Amino acid sequence: MTKRYSLLSLARQAISGHRGWMPAWRDATPRDRYDIVVIGGGGHGLATAYYLAKVFGEKSVAVLEKGWIGGGNAGRNTTIIRSNYLLPGNIPFYEHSLKLWEGLEQDLNYNAMVSQRGIINLFHSDEQRDAHERRGNAMRLHGVDAELLDADAVRKMAPFLDFDNARFPIFGGLRQKRAGTARHDAVVWGFARGASARGVDIIQNCEVTGMVRDASGRVVALDTTRGRIGAGKVGMAVAGNSSRVAALADLRLPIESHVLQAFVSEGLKPVIPGVITFGAGHFYISQSDKGGLVFGGDLDGYKSYAQRGNLPIVEDVCEEAMALMPMIGRARLLRSWGGIMDMTMDGSPIMDRTPVPGLYLNGGWCYGGFKATPASGWCFAHLLSRDEPHPVAASYRLDRFATGRLIDEKGSGPQPNLQ
Amino acid sequence: MIIDCPHCGSRDSGEFFMRGQAAGPRPEYADGQDAFAVYVYDRTNLAGMQREHWYHAAGCRSWLVVERDTRSHVVGSVAIAGKAVA
Repeated sequence: MTKRYSLLSLARQAISGHRGWMPAWRDATPRDRYDIVVIGGGGHGLATAYYLAKVFGEKSVAVLEKGWIGGGNAGRNTTIIRSNYLLPGNIPFYEHSLKLWEGLEQDLNYNAMVSQRGIINLFHSDEQRDAHERRGNAMRLHGVDAELLDADAVRKMAPFLDFDNARFPIFGGLRQKRAGTARHDAVVWGFARGASARGVDIIQNCEVTGMVRDASGRVVALDTTRGRIGAGKVGMAVAGNSSRVAALADLRLPIESHVLQAFVSEGLKPVIPGVITFGAGHFYISQSDKGGLVFGGDLDGYKSYAQRGNLPIVEDVCEEAMALMPMIGRARLLRSWGGIMDMTMDGSPIMDRTPVPGLYLNGGWCYGGFKATPASGWCFAHLLSRDEPHPVAASYRLDRFATGRLIDEKGSGPQPNLQ
Repeated sequence: MIIDCPHCGSRDSGEFFMRGQAAGPRPEYADGQDAFAVYVYDRTNLAGMQREHWYHAAGCRSWLVVERDTRSHVVGSVAIAGKAVA
């Protein structure tokens, strides 16, 4: 059904005036029942459906989306991909993800504009250098690339940084060369196309309003704005709103929803090589292929379901930008927006069965969900299809808070607005 | 967002620090480990009006219980935490 994209298909379309392009995926109407229903048509939900159909051979899968696909956090992130984590529970998962990113476009036959231009995490003191060295060593012990750069090496790559800042002098940086960015919308569309071609029903404007459970408590169907849909298993991939959807099954989660803002400048000629993060605050920046500087900083500081941010954080992010690279003061800010994050109590995601039979949770991505998209889909598909966690995601248990097996990269404790 | 501090009057939210939802009394030792795990980690995470603990760090340094809509940031009643009914 879906035609393969190639140079030949492009040439053929060019000759016929580009009048023959077909929709990349099928906008389905719901059937009565599916073996597996994934709630949430963002990157994670669609990737889950894609791998369920492709890798795990599932034939009856639907993705329910309350709005349009990719209209939530998949369309609100800063598109960074990387695997520069410190803790054993995280590194193998994010490295699995980065490896999937590296082959994603060939696999999907879709240009996701994956661009491995590298990331540099700057440090500004001897102590911070030690911490970054430790992180780099942890990465290398897991077979992930990491490179410690001194100030001169950073200066060669990014001469525009304020190296001799009186308060935050740049001592160097930890670099992951294979990190980079990807085009967020194309990731959503590529997974949707691949899933749709393998028989997955993608159902938009279909908000889940209730969970129907049998006498044993098992979820057997979902009430939606487009009618009741029967389900063998239900997977939630609705980060930002996990608590609200889980509440339909009377669950309380170790998650708080917070808003994270992102910003983009007017389009500029290439100036930022890859991704740069500021170590003396919370600020990160990259440049999109279109030329806009894409950047962000801290959470707003209090719980929020409003998909917009407050002005003090806009000011804070701009101040950090100026402290790091004074040249940015010449660029005009084009847009800013906010997305709702599932902030967990240790800053790491949750991918597990829930106490409700037939209901599975994929959430709590904090502000690191985009880079996880392919591995999240792969591992959640594994969990849904085989009813057992994928080895690289086995630490993301829901009960880890009660058992003390937390994965707290930052060590900030159960206080989401400090993460 | 403006919070009406009972001591200091109407002040900008930037002077405050939010701790989280005002979740009722701390369990007793005898309630056991599970009760503490629920108290420390689980959240109701409402979309709507909820009661929260806010600290007026750049003001009277009091803990307050603030009623706030998490969708619109409309602030309702504000009370001093020690005097509010948990």
